Amino acid sequence: MSGQQQTFTLSGASCAGCVRKIESALKAVDGVDDARVNLAERTLTVTGSVSSPTCISAVESAGYGAKRAAADPRKQRELQRDKDRQHFRKLMWRSGLALALGIPLMLWGLITGEMSVNTSTQQLAWGCVGLITLAVMAFCGGHFFTGAWKAFRHHNANMDTLIAVGTGAAWLFSMAVVFFPHWLPESARHVYFEASAMIIGLINLGQALEVRARGRTSAAVEKLLELQDPTARVVSESGEVDVPLEEVQVGDQVRVRPGEKIPVDGQVLEGRSSVDESMLTGEPVPVKKAAGDNLSAGTLNKNGTLLFEAKKVGAETRLAQIIEMVQNAQSSRVPIARLADTISAIFVPTVMIIAIIAALVWFNWGPDPRAAHTLVVLTSVLIIACPCALGLATPMSVMVGVGKGAEHGVLVRNGKALQQASNLTTLVVDKTGTLTEGAPKLTDIETDGDVDELLTLLASLERHSEHPLAEAIVDAARDKELSLHEVEDFEAITAHGVRGKVDGRLVLLGNRKLMSREAIEPGDWQARAEDLAAMGRTAMYAAVDNQMAGVIAVADPIRKDAKDAVARLKNLGLKIEMLTGDNQATADAVAKQLGIESVHADLQPEDKEKIIGELQQKGIRVGMAGDGINDAPALARADVGFAIGAGTDVAIETADVTLMRSSLHGVADAIELSRATLRNIKQNLFGAFIYNTLGIPVAAGVLYPLTGMLLSPVIAGAAMAFSSVTVVSNANRLRLFKPSSAQEVRP
Amino acid sequence: MMSVLINVLGLLLITGIVWWFWLAGRKSPLQHYQESLVIQVKDGVYEPDRIEVPAGREITLSFQREDASPCAEYVVFSDLEISKQLPLNHITEVQLPKLEKREYPFTCQMKMYRGILVAS
Repeated sequence: MSGQQQTFTLSGASCAGCVRKIESALKAVDGVDDARVNLAERTLTVTGSVSSPTCISAVESAGYGAKRAAADPRKQRELQRDKDRQHFRKLMWRSGLALALGIPLMLWGLITGEMSVNTSTQQLAWGCVGLITLAVMAFCGGHFFTGAWKAFRHHNANMDTLIAVGTGAAWLFSMAVVFFPHWLPESARHVYFEASAMIIGLINLGQALEVRARGRTSAAVEKLLELQDPTARVVSESGEVDVPLEEVQVGDQVRVRPGEKIPVDGQVLEGRSSVDESMLTGEPVPVKKAAGDNLSAGTLNKNGTLLFEAKKVGAETRLAQIIEMVQNAQSSRVPIARLADTISAIFVPTVMIIAIIAALVWFNWGPDPRAAHTLVVLTSVLIIACPCALGLATPMSVMVGVGKGAEHGVLVRNGKALQQASNLTTLVVDKTGTLTEGAPKLTDIETDGDVDELLTLLASLERHSEHPLAEAIVDAARDKELSLHEVEDFEAITAHGVRGKVDGRLVLLGNRKLMSREAIEPGDWQARAEDLAAMGRTAMYAAVDNQMAGVIAVADPIRKDAKDAVARLKNLGLKIEMLTGDNQATADAVAKQLGIESVHADLQPEDKEKIIGELQQKGIRVGMAGDGINDAPALARADVGFAIGAGTDVAIETADVTLMRSSLHGVADAIELSRATLRNIKQNLFGAFIYNTLGIPVAAGVLYPLTGMLLSPVIAGAAMAFSSVTVVSNANRLRLFKPSSAQEVRP
Repeated sequence: MMSVLINVLGLLLITGIVWWFWLAGRKSPLQHYQESLVIQVKDGVYEPDRIEVPAGREITLSFQREDASPCAEYVVFSDLEISKQLPLNHITEVQLPKLEKREYPFTCQMKMYRGILVAS
């Protein structure tokens, strides 16, 4: 059991003394590395290799109560959704109430035109309306005022400030008209109660729609959370019992039946089955699992029953780490938003100053009724300006983009990586394991005699070799179910090959130098071996009893989809360069088959990083695709490192982009997604900037000379309310993103 | 007379805005970090919004979001590339790595909520 973290809810703890007592009791328990009580939340967090019942007993022995906290992220998510729904309903209710007052008032003004205060009857009537408006403002928009006040006290100004000042100014002016109409010229004795009510109503409506739209932006994480069942079937001496997922301990034995999801990470103890891991690796073909194999939480057991030991639970599982990574990336910043962030920080006070300046201009130089115009301009400027649109422009797009990536097996580390992936010009690809399978296979065996007989002899000999290519020959014999023989006098001759006696026959396998050394003339086989080498294969000569027996070739096969993926990446405008430690001939052959023009062969691991550095010095924006382990320095050096390693832990920790699929298509998906996301961000930023830069001057009255009208504060409120919704809705359009399929490529 | 008064009031308001929001600086007291400290996310502000934390040591901050506004949904430590979703009416712990001695701003996604960590 590793140092896992468990959380408990406490009962009976109420002071610092209780905290000390509980922590001391826990720290005295074997296996507890750390115990921390959070008195504010009444929780206890225990780190260490200890079971939860042991922790609970220790707490109880100290005189308090404890139970495992419901840390199920799905429950939390559901709870959050419930709260969002409640919030939506509350906002709609507030909106409805405010509009129920605002709309009739507005219609009254439009139909009768009587919104002025000239008589004592009108004073009384509009005074009552003013008080009703105040009640509606307090009930439906009170949070704007309290928020604005608290922010003000902290030297902050936010959207609440604009709404509170705008609606407050309109209401105060109207009440001033009601109480002191004679202070103003007749033409200026207009009340604006409908504006205050309508603005509060429309902004609540806008926020309600925004809450609903935002709920859709996190759909990807919800899909990931749904990959786990809420319970696991734990096997103990007393039988099998379904327990909540959060109660599964490391070391528990868990049974999964056909059709069930694997609840936690573990290792198979008994049984055979195939497991669909496509949700985590993108590999569509189910993987066979038997004793000793590893299982990942969230994958689907297909056709057999498995008994396995839990190795990682809770936040330690690979799925949980992926979810955490996605959530972190979703709320990270993108460099392109730096300007918007800077503007956001000074936006509200700046708008307030603009509103005052505009109001003073109308007051000093505007046409009559100046007081009314001054108020309309002041209110409209404050209300139309929307920091929300600016602030939401990038986070919403990043959230949807990163989530969409996760759906397609593309895990983006942060917003910066997402942005940089969109403008790469060159993609450097490691050959082995990325363009090729990464596991050599026997591709050719040619002999004048019996193929199986020769393969049996060679595989028997190679079984004793540690050369990486030897395994391919042994595997080929096993695949054919050939029986291997004992070997005598085995000898590995460095840089030549191997020799030994199999069934009393002297067998040699190696390169041309080995044959020369043993004085064996390869004859026509040499030309055949050279042909095979020209195809990118490693050809070897085989001799039996000092006679040439044939040639065999081993190669790391090119991935089935590598050619399509390379074509797709070229289609995206990227120059592809191949890196490999293999010899030039093999590398050239692979590159030729894949349509890659630029090849760097015979490289040491450190050379890869140097090559990327040289490309960057030429001003090229370089992406690097590798397996995430051997290529770590090069991946780190590249502008964007794509780790193609089916999401190994190392890759997830270090890469800018981790591809769950072991396919170069993932890189194309990531680049297409990043470009789509950046396009969406730019649209949002452009929209938000344009909205504010056009909206504020229009509200300030620049069109008055042309139209003879000022923008109504109600229209300004509607524009503000729906600007945020527009931004969120545009970000949600990214949910429709689909990577172009390989079939669409026209090389 | 009224005209002069309104203009003077307007200019005073502009001066007040510039001074209060940009020049006056924050006067809120610097809270010392304790493990039981909970930062409230409410009414448009973090409270406390200036927290002194020990440098060179991993710390955990607890945020309690009571503001249903979507604006408050995330807390972002942009200098540390850390962000965390804050479920409503729930205490969320944010683990921070060892910090160097300097100030680290934390904000909501829209930079409306703002706070400062002072690592010393």
